[in-house]
Amino acid sequence: MDIILKIKEAGLVGRGGASFPTATKWETVKNAPGDKKYVVCNASEGEPGVKKDLFIFKNHAERMVDGMKIALDYLGAETGYIYINPSYYNKLARKLNKLIKDTKIILFKKDHRAGYIGGDESALVNHIEGRRIEPRLRPPYIATNGLWNYPTLVNNVETFYNVSLVSAGEYENKRFITIGGDCPNEGVFYFDENWPIEKILRETNNYPKFKFFVQIGGDASGEVLNSSQFNKPVSGAGSITVYSAIKHKPNDLMRKWAYFFFNESCGQCTPCREGTYRLKEALKKKNIDWQLVYDLLGNLEETSFCGLGLVAAVPFKSYFNNVYKAYD
Amino acid sequence: MIKIKINGKEFFAEEGETVRLVALRNGIDIPGLCDHPDFKPKANCRLCYVEIKGQKKPTRSCTALVEDGMEVTTESERVSKMRNTNLELIFAEHIEKCPTCVWRFECPLLKMADKYKIKLTRFPDRKAGRKTYKFANAVEIDGSQCIDCRSCVDACAMQKIYYLELKGKGIEQEVVPTNDKKKHCILCGQCAVHCPVSAAQEQTHWEAVEKIIKSQKKIVVAQFAPSIRVSIGEDFNMPYGKVMTEHVVAGLKKLGFNYVFDVNFAADLTTVVEAEELLERIKTKGVLPMFTSCCPAWINYVELYRPDLIPNITTSRSPQIHGGGFVKTYWAKKMNINPKDIVVVSIMPCTAKKYEAKRKEMKIGGNFPVDYVLTTREFSFMLKKNEIDLTELQPISADSPFGEYTGGAAIFGGSGGVIESALRTAQFFAFGDNEVCKFQVDFKDVRGLEGVKEAMVDVAGNKLRIAVVNGIGNVKPVLDNLKNYDYVEVMSCPGGCIGGGGQPIPTTPEIRQKRIAALYEIDKSCELRQSFENKGVMEMLDWAKEQGKHTEHKILHTEYKKRK
Repeated sequence: MDIILKIKEAGLVGRGGASFPTATKWETVKNAPGDKKYVVCNASEGEPGVKKDLFIFKNHAERMVDGMKIALDYLGAETGYIYINPSYYNKLARKLNKLIKDTKIILFKKDHRAGYIGGDESALVNHIEGRRIEPRLRPPYIATNGLWNYPTLVNNVETFYNVSLVSAGEYENKRFITIGGDCPNEGVFYFDENWPIEKILRETNNYPKFKFFVQIGGDASGEVLNSSQFNKPVSGAGSITVYSAIKHKPNDLMRKWAYFFFNESCGQCTPCREGTYRLKEALKKKNIDWQLVYDLLGNLEETSFCGLGLVAAVPFKSYFNNVYKAYD
Repeated sequence: MIKIKINGKEFFAEEGETVRLVALRNGIDIPGLCDHPDFKPKANCRLCYVEIKGQKKPTRSCTALVEDGMEVTTESERVSKMRNTNLELIFAEHIEKCPTCVWRFECPLLKMADKYKIKLTRFPDRKAGRKTYKFANAVEIDGSQCIDCRSCVDACAMQKIYYLELKGKGIEQEVVPTNDKKKHCILCGQCAVHCPVSAAQEQTHWEAVEKIIKSQKKIVVAQFAPSIRVSIGEDFNMPYGKVMTEHVVAGLKKLGFNYVFDVNFAADLTTVVEAEELLERIKTKGVLPMFTSCCPAWINYVELYRPDLIPNITTSRSPQIHGGGFVKTYWAKKMNINPKDIVVVSIMPCTAKKYEAKRKEMKIGGNFPVDYVLTTREFSFMLKKNEIDLTELQPISADSPFGEYTGGAAIFGGSGGVIESALRTAQFFAFGDNEVCKFQVDFKDVRGLEGVKEAMVDVAGNKLRIAVVNGIGNVKPVLDNLKNYDYVEVMSCPGGCIGGGGQPIPTTPEIRQKRIAALYEIDKSCELRQSFENKGVMEMLDWAKEQGKHTEHKILHTEYKKRK
């Protein structure tokens, strides 16, 4: 069977966090006119608390490379890039270079200064091209106008891993989940994608006895949930972080998030450049102006240039709604 | 043709136009600071949100393309919340320096604060420690006023100079001059004319000029450029391209200038000097192609990037220097004034003219021909500061003898104008009086706003191959093929001086078109259209000749040298 049909049948979605249907993306790149096409594996993994791409590199790198090769073949693409987190590069470059020897795949070390924003597919494309590392105005989309304006397929490490499984008929609708925080058995686990959070925590002997809440899909942009909301599967990037409700003071957590987004903002648009800075400053105060905090978060959500600015409000708002209100 | 509705009213639009463009064209104000028709949308200020019927969220009108039947509303509670929050954030980036800011009467930030009733101070200023980068003595970027729209960087890239760069990320982001030693600022000021908040701006001379006028110790002479008369009206709510010549004179007199001269006179003079040099080069098989020299940013470009082409530039001085030079020699003698007691102030569409005026080689007998240069924006600021409404003044003619001009001079301010004027005169000189039928007045091939224009012109049996470069960003293909040309005009700013770096803001393709059209209207309405017909000019040139070769050369010609 044709690979695209297999991907469709398996219902693969992107594992970078956005869960975009993989087959749709592949077909868009395939159908886009262009003398050349490119494939990029996004191994930026800039979201704190998510380590699954590193885990795949360590344990299943050949499958990830296989997935990329399948994409290169399907698209008749010129070159594939592995856009890799710099600390992963230092650990794994030799191993990966051996694997991609005699292929069209090149290892591209992400710059330290690329940070969180380097994970945005258009920022990553800018980086490889040698431009300023920040998101592009879309449309046009990367699938049709990516690297050097050629159609470009950008998929996450786990997505390519899944493509390899699908191609071999071995895909079992599982996903990698990083578990961390206030729990005894930290690590990366592999479970059915429909398993609810509670089941995962119990299965890994990580379900706390103390009052806690979790953040799923990353320690920065992930959604915060209370214990009555654990019956749903993990969404976004695959991670669960456990927080002791006693240990983590609400304002400290929010300050941490605010500082993260402030520090990672590329500076392109007003709501993110200025807004995350003002948010950080507002939360520093002894008497916090909550109306201001709320306005700034709403503004990030409504008017940010890229997805990373848009999701900046998620941890704060979900924390307010699911933890702050529920536990107080 | 597409029809869209904005706030219930129907408007025509072209396919591919943005909602914001259509709204602005029809006088509907949608706020925005980063959008400019010269550039691709950047969508970074996040102010221009509108509601489009059928869409769940407000959309940015700078990127939303019109569709037939589209219904747009420019206000809603949600839109106003998004816009106002971002405005408050932007205000806190811009340190207000209103009392001395030449832009304070046009400032979009002040206007928006007023219109939307927003406090400028919800957040404390954060850019107090920012540097001001000065580019020679002409242009500067004051980081403490920058709102990070990046249009200056786009303008520099449009000029293909790439001198301005972005450094740092997040709130550390800053527009800085490049570290690349091979890149140089040519002082064209396109960054300034594209800056919405006067962070990129001219290095101002208005304070000094004001002081000198007040002191009443000097004879203060103003001379105003060909192009400012068709642009200054915009700052006083006149339609684009309104010709304001005599109002400009009246405004300058009202500000206290003792004499007001028209640089159009000097442009006729420059034309004659340049036409003679062209014919001389043809006759003696001198260095060709010959380049025009009126644009000081172009001269900077040659000296900094292509010093090998210095022999190609006409040695003729530019109109402002010719004008100032004759004021301090011919006119000073005639009026029996010590040239040291005369202060010449040029009103120019240009930032690079500030640099040109202070070139040491321009000095005649120890005096700079021009002492200060004000941009159009500085002039309009001085008027408004003194509560002078240009449109209400009784028109006055420029003072003699630097008051008369021909149509040839009038068109100097637009791309193609200098070369057209020179050709009108060169052809006449070459053919002579007897072959009146063989020369033409209108050279339409060199007009218009294309990047490179070409023409073939017959000058006494020599077929001259002409090129006109409109905007320094278009210069490369011409410089790469120099052997194809005999005479080349280069204007660094798009549209020529009417699109200059010192002109009113906004300056857009549509506005350039209207300003330039006004110049050709002046030309058409002139009784005399060829510079050599300006009797005053020919008299002054004769006078210069009588002063001996050395002095004549000093007044009429200049030299260039390799820099860096």
